[in-house]
Amino acid sequence: MRSEAVILAAAFGYLALLFLIAAWGDRRASQGRSVIGSPTVYALSIAVYCTAWTFYGSVGRATTQGASFLLIYLGPTLAMLSAPFILRKMVRVASDQRLTSIADFISARYGKSRVLGALVALVALVGITPYIALQLKAITLSHAVLVSYPAPIELQLAEERFWVDKSFWVALVLAVFIILFGTRHLDASERHEGMVAAIAFESLVKLVAFISVGVFTVFVLFNGVGDLFARAGADPQLRQALDLSAVDGGALGWSGLLLLAFLAFLTLPRQFQVLVVENVDERHLIRASWLFPLYLLAINLFVIPIALAGMLLLGGSDPDSFVLTLPLSAGLEALPLLVFIGGLSAATGMVIVETIALSTMVSNQLIMPLLLRSPRWRLESRGELRGWLLGIRRVAILLILLLGYLYHALLGDAYSLVTIGLVSFAAAAQFAPALLLGLYWRGANRRGAITGLVLGAMVWAYTLLLPGFAQSGWLPLSLIEQGPWGLDWLRPYALLGLEGWDIYTHSLFWSLGLNLTALVGLSLFGRQSRLEQTQAALFTGALRRDAMPTSLWQGQTSRGELRDLLTRYLGAKAATRVLEGGDDDRPAPPALIARTERALAGALGSASARVLINSVVRGEALDLEAVLRILDTTSQTLEYNRRLKQKSEELARIGEELRGANERLRELDRLKDEFVAMVSHELRTPLTSIRAFAEILRDGKDLPDAKREQFLEVVVQESQRLSRLIEEILDLARLESGRLTLNPQRLDLAALARHGLAAVERLQAERGVTLESAIEPGEAWVMGDPDRLAQVIINLLDNAGKFADDERPRVRLTLSRHKTHYRLAVEDNGPGIAEAERERVFEKFHQIKQQQGGKRRHRPKGSGLGLPISRGIVAHLGGRLWVEPAPTLGGACLIMELPEALDD
Amino acid sequence: MREPDKRPRHLERLLALLLLALALFSPPLVIIADRPLAGGLSALPLYLLLAWGLVIGLAAWLLERGAREGDRE
Repeated sequence: MRSEAVILAAAFGYLALLFLIAAWGDRRASQGRSVIGSPTVYALSIAVYCTAWTFYGSVGRATTQGASFLLIYLGPTLAMLSAPFILRKMVRVASDQRLTSIADFISARYGKSRVLGALVALVALVGITPYIALQLKAITLSHAVLVSYPAPIELQLAEERFWVDKSFWVALVLAVFIILFGTRHLDASERHEGMVAAIAFESLVKLVAFISVGVFTVFVLFNGVGDLFARAGADPQLRQALDLSAVDGGALGWSGLLLLAFLAFLTLPRQFQVLVVENVDERHLIRASWLFPLYLLAINLFVIPIALAGMLLLGGSDPDSFVLTLPLSAGLEALPLLVFIGGLSAATGMVIVETIALSTMVSNQLIMPLLLRSPRWRLESRGELRGWLLGIRRVAILLILLLGYLYHALLGDAYSLVTIGLVSFAAAAQFAPALLLGLYWRGANRRGAITGLVLGAMVWAYTLLLPGFAQSGWLPLSLIEQGPWGLDWLRPYALLGLEGWDIYTHSLFWSLGLNLTALVGLSLFGRQSRLEQTQAALFTGALRRDAMPTSLWQGQTSRGELRDLLTRYLGAKAATRVLEGGDDDRPAPPALIARTERALAGALGSASARVLINSVVRGEALDLEAVLRILDTTSQTLEYNRRLKQKSEELARIGEELRGANERLRELDRLKDEFVAMVSHELRTPLTSIRAFAEILRDGKDLPDAKREQFLEVVVQESQRLSRLIEEILDLARLESGRLTLNPQRLDLAALARHGLAAVERLQAERGVTLESAIEPGEAWVMGDPDRLAQVIINLLDNAGKFADDERPRVRLTLSRHKTHYRLAVEDNGPGIAEAERERVFEKFHQIKQQQGGKRRHRPKGSGLGLPISRGIVAHLGGRLWVEPAPTLGGACLIMELPEALDD
Repeated sequence: MREPDKRPRHLERLLALLLLALALFSPPLVIIADRPLAGGLSALPLYLLLAWGLVIGLAAWLLERGAREGDRE
């Protein structure tokens, strides 16, 4: 079954199947029933990340570097977890501005710079071509292993000519595939639906193939994972294989590789293509963020078992081929073929996407700008250029594949698969500073990005690419060992004497360090053009606003001129679609100019599109200052509005509080004035009468003794009243300042109540008030100051008497037990106190107000201080004093509650 | 619907998960995990696969729950 014919039929049959799937996908898309509009297909297409390098090289790396091969996949896992912060923004910007490649993206961010775009395209071309070569090499190698096993393969490779090399023909078939399905539309920002469908299918094939080998190895060659690991553990040579010490550079190398994989995943042209350009719906990122890492986990699950099994059973043969040689060694026929197809799918998937991405870059960023500058190209007589543009892209595809094949043919076998892959990763990582910093820092400018990229790429080439050439024999090995011209400190793997690091971390440190330093430094001390400022604002604020405001174009042109431009570059159909009819002599509205630029950008790249638009629009096409102002104001206004709203709410609340406090203060102030007036009045009344009677006594020498006696009695009584009043005011002052001294002791409230009743009995009788009492408990022990409590009780009784009914005044005192408290209630049959007034009677000036507001009553009134003082005293003793409607007499009822005293 | 993440603290949770993953995959914890199992081989790969699975599970839980809540809005 391993005959040449069968293998060829399988390989090219598989490629034919890819054509069918892609054609089917494209047909469905043109019918409007897209097959790639699902997050699962999106996640599978991202799995183009797993190339032949993953398929064959992971096992090889695991045999020499232990678990570090996992880092290549943990980095992307981190990148996908950060999708809500990084990738979502990239997708949003790219779809807003119709950006078609990472070169276009970076060029657009830095003011649609043509230099930067060309630079990124060039670095990608130099850095990634070896990676394409690697895929072709993997196809050749796996084919050779399959055909010649168990004979060694080295001899065969050397003998073959290129037309015998299967990978040459595979590359040709791929070129046809890519030209058919990758350049169907001129607009590179349009999705390549058929191609994505084929890529997603390839991802499934390689996963199934790899897992099949894994299951076969673990469960057929060995009796499960336990058996395999036990046998590997028993082998002294393998015992250390998985240790951290097997990783180059140890912990530092570990971190360096993790960072490298993280950055490369975001910056590799093919990843940008599937992640950003081919993204149909931003929400697909959500599911892909965990589904793709799950795919990576699944495809890596069996790498270590296969590596261990290979080392146990096939020690000495090439570890990169273990995936194939393990089933071959067991004498199987079908499984090796499946593995070969799996490896083929991994390799072709990568080559297809990478070539599309690179060809878009090369045609839009390298060739188009050159052509636009040449005067011959600008001749009006050229007619329609659409065909030319597609032709350029197709030639670019062929050239890139040819370049990859040449590299593969010349490379020799010095490099293992993984080495080339990581060198390419490090090249792509040079885009990361300009890309990532540009997404978040508005200050990053063009000169910084260009200088950083140039420096980073040069250091990368010196520390990774050239030593690689030296190892392949193209340069003398002394370059690595002694440094160029024997300069020790220039050794590429130990720059400035930095030794002991693994080569990738070493290269990454120097290249990214210089790259970042130049970018930040020149940005901090450089200036940005207006277009740069606008683009920077659009990129950094992409998630905060919708699309670019288009109403700011102020240049003038006619529809006819735009139509000519579109027809020349994109064809008549596209021109009609963009312009949607209308009179050609009429001036074009600003939104139309913006749409035209976007349409051109999708096909030619943003930098070229801008040049073309400027060539037909008179005056400054876009009022950049206005755009910037609007961008700034929209983001700032949003923030400002939010804060303003918060502040005004706060202010309203504080204002309300202040108004209340002010109201209260004014009330208190008024009450205080009234109180002062009242106190003065109360003090003056007895004083006046004392003075009057004293004057009578002084002048009336001949008054009868009885009269004199009577007058003196009045003077004495009025003096007593005066001193009582002053005493009350003093009490109040003490209460309020907290200086009132009480002498709490155990006392019998019942006795105190009886005593109080007796004290007021005569006075009340004189006023005609009927006193009743109901003292239930024989004894009621509470803690209290006897004098003060007596004062409270007398005050309550006195008060009640004053407010009782005018005709038949009645006052009733009750003492009862209430749970652990005693309640002493004094009620009257007066008009009662309205609900709203009940708390206010305890305000110290309250009564004054009532007296002035209501009709004057014939019975003497107090100062209005009795109740506030009483409440203060009761509160000091741990009790309460409040008002309720009287239960039996129907007037007001004042209740004093004191806690029961504990038995000693 | 251009802003799908209106849910409270959704982005903060995702950021925390990212930092957790970074910590799990990086040296201090990786060095701790690098010790021989009963069979004699290092536990490092096993630890990495388990931590990886845990992170993916958490991400799936957070993101899918978030997506459902987002639909209900």
